[in-house]
Parts: sequence; C-alpha cells; structure tokens
Amino acid sequence: MNWLMLSPVKPELFLVCVGLILLMVGALRGKSSVGFILSAVLTSFVVAGGFLCLTSGDTPLDTLGGMVAADGFSVWMRFLILGGLFASTLLSVGWLRDNQVVKFEIPLLYLLSGVGMLFMVSSTNLLSLYVSLELSSLCLYVLAAINRDQLRSTEAGLKYFILGALSSGLLLFGISLVYGFTATLSYAEIGAILSQMTLPAGAMVGMVFILAGLVFKISAVPFHMWTPDVYEGAPTPVTALFAIVPKVAAFGLIIRLLTGPFASLHEQASQILIFVALASSVLGAFAGLAQNNFKRLIAYSSIANMGYALLGLLAGTPEGVASVILYLTVYMIMTAGVFAVLMGVKRDGHSIETISDFAGLVKKCPVKAYCLTGLLFSMSGLPPLAGFFAKLFVFQAAVAGGFFTVAVIGVLASVVASYYYLRVIKVMLFDAPEGDFDKDCSFSRRFVMLVSVAFILLFTFVPNYLLDHAQVAAGTLFP
Amino acid sequence: MIGVFAFYLFSFVLLMSALFVISARNPVYSVLFLILAFFNAAGLFVLLGAEFVAMILVIVYVGAVAVLFLFVVMMLDINFSELRKGAMQYVPLGLVLGGVLLAELITLYRAWPPAAMNEGGALDVAEKIDNTKALGNILYTDYVFPFQVSGLILLVAMIGAIVLTLRVRPGVLRQVVGSQVSRKASDILKIERVSRGKGVDHV
Repeated sequence: MNWLMLSPVKPELFLVCVGLILLMVGALRGKSSVGFILSAVLTSFVVAGGFLCLTSGDTPLDTLGGMVAADGFSVWMRFLILGGLFASTLLSVGWLRDNQVVKFEIPLLYLLSGVGMLFMVSSTNLLSLYVSLELSSLCLYVLAAINRDQLRSTEAGLKYFILGALSSGLLLFGISLVYGFTATLSYAEIGAILSQMTLPAGAMVGMVFILAGLVFKISAVPFHMWTPDVYEGAPTPVTALFAIVPKVAAFGLIIRLLTGPFASLHEQASQILIFVALASSVLGAFAGLAQNNFKRLIAYSSIANMGYALLGLLAGTPEGVASVILYLTVYMIMTAGVFAVLMGVKRDGHSIETISDFAGLVKKCPVKAYCLTGLLFSMSGLPPLAGFFAKLFVFQAAVAGGFFTVAVIGVLASVVASYYYLRVIKVMLFDAPEGDFDKDCSFSRRFVMLVSVAFILLFTFVPNYLLDHAQVAAGTLFP
Repeated sequence: MIGVFAFYLFSFVLLMSALFVISARNPVYSVLFLILAFFNAAGLFVLLGAEFVAMILVIVYVGAVAVLFLFVVMMLDINFSELRKGAMQYVPLGLVLGGVLLAELITLYRAWPPAAMNEGGALDVAEKIDNTKALGNILYTDYVFPFQVSGLILLVAMIGAIVLTLRVRPGVLRQVVGSQVSRKASDILKIERVSRGKGVDHV
C-alpha cells in the first residue's frame, strides 16, 4: 500500500485546485465572471477526463493510506460521472442565461459535488466513503435550494436536506456498528474478518443500516419519498444533475460495498436487494401512471430504473455487475437527452412542465419531438434501442443467478411503466397543439440531445463492445 | 482512591446537571446546566487519559455551541412554558421508543465479540506519547484524505450559507473605509469669518 501516491487521484486533485482558484476569481470579480467560470468548469471536466484516460485501471492501486483505490471499476465509473457532470453543466449554460440567474457559485458547486462523487466510487474505506458522500450531498442540498426566492425551490432544498441528514445518520450508525464488530474501517480488512465469522449479527445489522442510507441516495423504495418533490421543486438544470449523476455515484458505492467488505454476507444482502428492487420497480411503474408533471414523471421513472438496475446485483457475479454498470451508462445518457429536450421546449419564455403542454410538439419542432420519442422508446425498453439491451443484460444476469421470479416481476413492472412513456409520445405526436412554442437556438442543449440520440441509435450495432469493457471493469472488483 | 472519588463526583454532577437541563423552567438555566454537564464530561475524559478530547469538548462545546445556544435562547422571544404544555402526553411513546432502543443495546451487547479484538491499539501508544501528538501523527498521515475532504466540506458549507442567505439590498448605507480615509478637511469644512452681531446666514 502506498501511503502518498497522487497519480491515481490526479483528476480529483486537478478539479479541486481549479475549483479553489475559480472560487477566488468569482469572489473577486463578482457576477461578471459567471460566463468565464462556467466555461472554465466545463473545460476542467474535459481535462480531468483526459487525465483519467491516461490512468490505466489494469493494475489496482491503493493510495492515501488505503482510503482510495484506482482500479478498472473506478476508472469506468469516474469517466461516467465526469461525462454526466459535463452534460449537466452544459445543459445549465443556456438556462442560467435565460433565467437571469447569475450566481457564480452554481458551476463551482457542480464541480465540488463532482469531486465528492469521483471519490465516492473509488473509496475503499468507510471513512472516506462517508466524507466523500457528504461532500457531494452538501453541494446538492445547496443546489436544490439555489432559487431561494421561489417557495418550491426552498421547499425542495429543505426537504432534501432534512431527509438527507436522516439518511446520513442511518449510514453513520451502520458504519459505527460495523466498526464496533470488526474493529476496522478498511473494506479489505472488513471483508477478511467477516468471511471468517459464521454469523456476524452485529455487522449484519450495520450492513442493513449502511444499505438503507445508500438506498436513500439512489432514491429506491422505501426511501424514495423525497424524489418527486425535489425533482419538481429544484430548478430544471439542477434536476437534470440530480437525475444524471449522483445516482451513478451512489450505485458505484453500493456495488463496491457488496462485492468487497460484505461479499460474504451476500445471501443476507440479496434478500434486502430483492425487496428494494421489486418495490422500486413496481412502485415506480404504478405511481408514474398518475403523474401530469413531466419532472415528477421522470422522478418515478428514475425510481423504477434504479429498481431494475438493482436486479443485476442479485447474482453477485462479475457479469451481473457488468450489466449494472452498463445499465447505469445507458440510463445516464438517455436521461441527459430527455432533459436536453425538456429544457429546450418553451412557451412564452418559460419551460413547460406538464405533459399536456407537449401537445402537438411534432408540428412545431419535429426534430425535438422525434428525438424525445426515440429517447422515451429507449427508456421503455423497445428492442433496437440502447435501453432494450441495458434491460436485457440486467434481467439476463438476474435469471442466470437463479432469480427467475424476481426477473419476471421486474419485466412485468417495466411493461406497466412503458405506458407512461407511450402516453407522452402520444400527446406529443397526435394531440392538437395548444399554442406556439418558442424558438430555441441553444447550441449546448441541441448538442447534448443529438449525442444522446446518436448513442441510443448506434448502440444496437456494437452492444457487445461496451459489455466486454464493462466486464473487464467489473472483473477488477473480483480478485 | 482520589481517582475513584473524582469519577463519582464528576459522574454525579454530570447526571444531575443533565437532569436539570430538561427539568429547569427557565431555558437560560437549562443552557447553563448544559455547560456544567459539558465541563463534567470533560473531567471524565481527563480521568480516562484523553486530555485532548476533554479540552476540545470545553473549547468547542462550551466555548462555541453552548454560548450560541445561550444567544439564541435569549434573543428569540419564545414562550417555553407554552411549548412544554402537553409534553407529558408523549411519555408512553417515549417509554416505548426508549424500551426498543434498550432492547437493541442489550441484543448488540450479547452479540459483542470477546475482548480479544481490543488487543493492541490505543493504550500502548498512549503511554509513549501524549494524546495530541498521537492524534496529529495519524491525522496528517493515515487520515490525510478524510482530513482534507472535511476541509472541502466546510468550504462548501460556507459557500452554501453565503449563497443562500446573502442578499444585496439597494439603499443600505455602508461604511467605505477607503473614502473615509481619503477625505480631506477641505471637502467638508468651511471656515467663515463671522462679523460681530451678524451671525451666519448661509449654512
């Protein structure tokens, strides 16, 4: 173990330094620096991605006193997070300009929460897990309430903050129990100690609490209540960030925990996972049927999607983990595309929010309407598109692990969920328009939308290419 | 012997003042008793040989947190006796919750692994070097990562507090030190020679 080797954490270090410098720039130059800071943050995400490309994940490295590991899994997840951050920052560029929200802190909070999330997926110690989780969550609480003059935004921020603090409390309680029963915080040592015990009751209770705290972060049932309200209340680019990135990071944490320290408790963990996965996919499917607000609909859709993704973890095999990280990749790209369309569709200078407002979009802006159609088809899992393959791999992994009934229920829930995606498509393509839509000429939104659509269309030609890479990445978790 | 006596003294005063914290009628007294409780807890830590934690407890909890409480209690005009009305109706619920927590504690205690796990570790280090040094030694080496990230968390908390609460109000008079310092007597003072019996008519 190298005590102080900084090369595996180069992207994070770079981002922190850039963030601190930009904070000084913002504090001294004030509002006139917002544009510069935004573009600097965007560039720094790209540069950090470049650093990451140079890091090879083939030989797993421990650094910073064994707190952080750089292996293939963390490289893949960090790449994903940086991509998501880039997309959501790009999406917020136009929004900040249109809504006259000139706060230079917004891109900086994106950046700092990104640093937290990057550390989350590579942490190999319960202490570093906790501090990096708090770093990212604290930024997200502030971002949810950033529109402080609007009642809904402050409500969203407060709700997210209080429930998030509660979940952190659960997580800490679980960590303290695990620490009390194993006398160590390092993943590797916990794994070694737990595999020798026959039935470690205390550590098991601790694991349940840790999972409960993390399930809150990925907004799966039974800790999903905050999601629709926060998605609806927060400003749309912040909602896009919530939907795209933090879940991927929290999922990375869960995967690392279940394959590392708690690998020997897999049987017990999978009972919890079955409940959480099924409850999320069923609730997400049925509760989404009644929604009229598009952001709330996306919230329920994300709950359901987290449920499907959890199914892949049931088997506890490298193939299962590979299917899950592939699912997260596809889900992230689709969600970014959906938000790019949602933020671009406006009427009288305001983004539209209810589903009925989408009526007749195809007549006014056919490109957007067809792109959204494709994205929603992909989300509901229609065959040639990327979403289908993502779901296929996850369900395949669950079936291969012998969880046949669970997989069937998941598929049925996903069939129910496809109703609400189809409803949006029907309103958009066949209903009569209620009024004119604004012209939208934001290049950044169009760019995100087209990249995302291109991905879901082209994925079908090379489905195995990404899966193979995901399998290599997942394999580094299973020594 | 004196150690045992001190332990019972500190524990007794700690428990008593904790009791008074929740039973005192005047909230200011409650906060003062809370401070007393912190001091006694610090005393217990000293007896355990954890002098660093004791001093931190006094500095942070007494020096900052409790004083902050005192300010809030004194500055907010809250009728605490009104708030306390009807608190007794929650006693059964409180007892049930307390019972559940106690049962959990007992279960955990029974599942506790034997003392073999506690071998090595803190004690033999403590004999060689003092607390503060030992903490510093690991804080800046093994735990440098959580330490630095905690710093970032505090930075984010500060950014958040500022961005969510700072409002720029127009028309607020502010002190501008630069213009105060650079002001000359000739800008504001006008010396008039006043003729006798006439006074000053243009002011």
